[in-house]
Amino acid sequence: MPEKIIKTSPRLPEDAIVSVTVDAGDPFVHEIRAGQYVRIVDLEGNQAVDTLFYNAHNYADRYSAQDTIREQQNIYLTTGTKLISTERNVLLTIVADTCGRHDTLGGACSCESNMVRYDLEKRSMHACRQTFLKGAIDWSQHTGHSLDKRDLTANINFFMNVPVTPAGQLTFADGVSDAGKYVELRAEMDTLIAVSNCPQLNNPCNAYNPTPIQILIWNADEADKSIHV
Amino acid sequence: MNSSVLWEETLPGSSTWSHILKRGTALRLEALEDNCNVGALLLNADNFSERLNLPDTLKAQHIARLTTGAVLYSDMARILCSITDDTLGWHDPLGGCSDRTLVEKKYGASTYQQARNNWHQNALDGFLIELEKYGLNSRDLMMNINFFSKVEVHDDGSMHFIPNHSKAGSAVELRAEMNTLVILNTCQHPMDPDPIYAQRPVKLTLKKVEAPGPDDPCRTSRPENARGFTLTERYFL
Repeated sequence: MPEKIIKTSPRLPEDAIVSVTVDAGDPFVHEIRAGQYVRIVDLEGNQAVDTLFYNAHNYADRYSAQDTIREQQNIYLTTGTKLISTERNVLLTIVADTCGRHDTLGGACSCESNMVRYDLEKRSMHACRQTFLKGAIDWSQHTGHSLDKRDLTANINFFMNVPVTPAGQLTFADGVSDAGKYVELRAEMDTLIAVSNCPQLNNPCNAYNPTPIQILIWNADEADKSIHV
Repeated sequence: MNSSVLWEETLPGSSTWSHILKRGTALRLEALEDNCNVGALLLNADNFSERLNLPDTLKAQHIARLTTGAVLYSDMARILCSITDDTLGWHDPLGGCSDRTLVEKKYGASTYQQARNNWHQNALDGFLIELEKYGLNSRDLMMNINFFSKVEVHDDGSMHFIPNHSKAGSAVELRAEMNTLVILNTCQHPMDPDPIYAQRPVKLTLKKVEAPGPDDPCRTSRPENARGFTLTERYFL
């Protein structure tokens, strides 16, 4: 197992302009302005946080898993990772990470894929893509900006551990996260974040116990303002 | 065997192709030169909002490579196509597709005005133009497959393009389990270190095939895939 890079953030929770707790099974959709920071905290440990990002001014330009991993020549996301969009813009950069490794190949669970992966009878169990669709429907209704199923592309799974082997195997392993671990990103352009706090009960991605997360947002650093504003 | 062939054609390098592959037919891709690459997008032709989902495909089968016995899942947990034959053992689901900036940086800019049909094209623009023909656009892009290419992932997560993976004669066959819009592009793999812009052709063979039986190798390769076939077959009831 490679050494993980652990980097803490200087930002203090009391300075955040947004601080919300998102329960397992709930969405969180929010605009993050260029220069702002967003932190996702795994409050109780081993919680997968399925996350999508879009250019806030053009949702067709959105996070691209393949471009992101190819650009950094590594499938795991951590401090320093630039999140690349389908139009090859840098949406955000990971600036702090106390977990050390995040997945972007495992996708988001759905009622349909649960039927294939576990049992045809599992259809009615709650799943991330239900949450994402609910978040997209609500966001579209509130803002008038169309966000729908076509926009639910390959996502990031913060705090999730999906090792790939040189032989080409992929597995879902026990989480690498722990209570209080966090990942923090700086928006390099105006972005929309869509989160599904994963409700999956059928595999170890949430240690079989989905728990709440906290999301914090800070304004741009004073020193950064000349760059971003 | 040959009697089932509907038609054959050659797809030149740096080209884009599309076809609605009907349930009950198959598409065989055969490399005509070494180091070919064929980028592929798949959508349910009867409902374009349903399309290839590579994360679902990989996690359902616990794979990070595609070969015989694997199936290609849509986001609705149905099987768009099965891989029924493969001489290579590894096709890449990770590397994505080239874009204009990448191609110009690697091979230099070359316009149609200058170079006619040898101009430097890229896979992303090829995919977007082809999607438009079906009323689709960049919102309909998805993670693409790169047939004939191999990207190995080491334990530290690093990605390594393996050169000289495919040879002239390497072949892979897709059986359509649903009516599938198949979009192919033959630009070089974005991680191909070859400094020469190369247009490498593939042969496409369309044929009629029998429906997968109860002991079909793709159906029996994993219990997940047996359920995937059940859900796909229910879609047509």
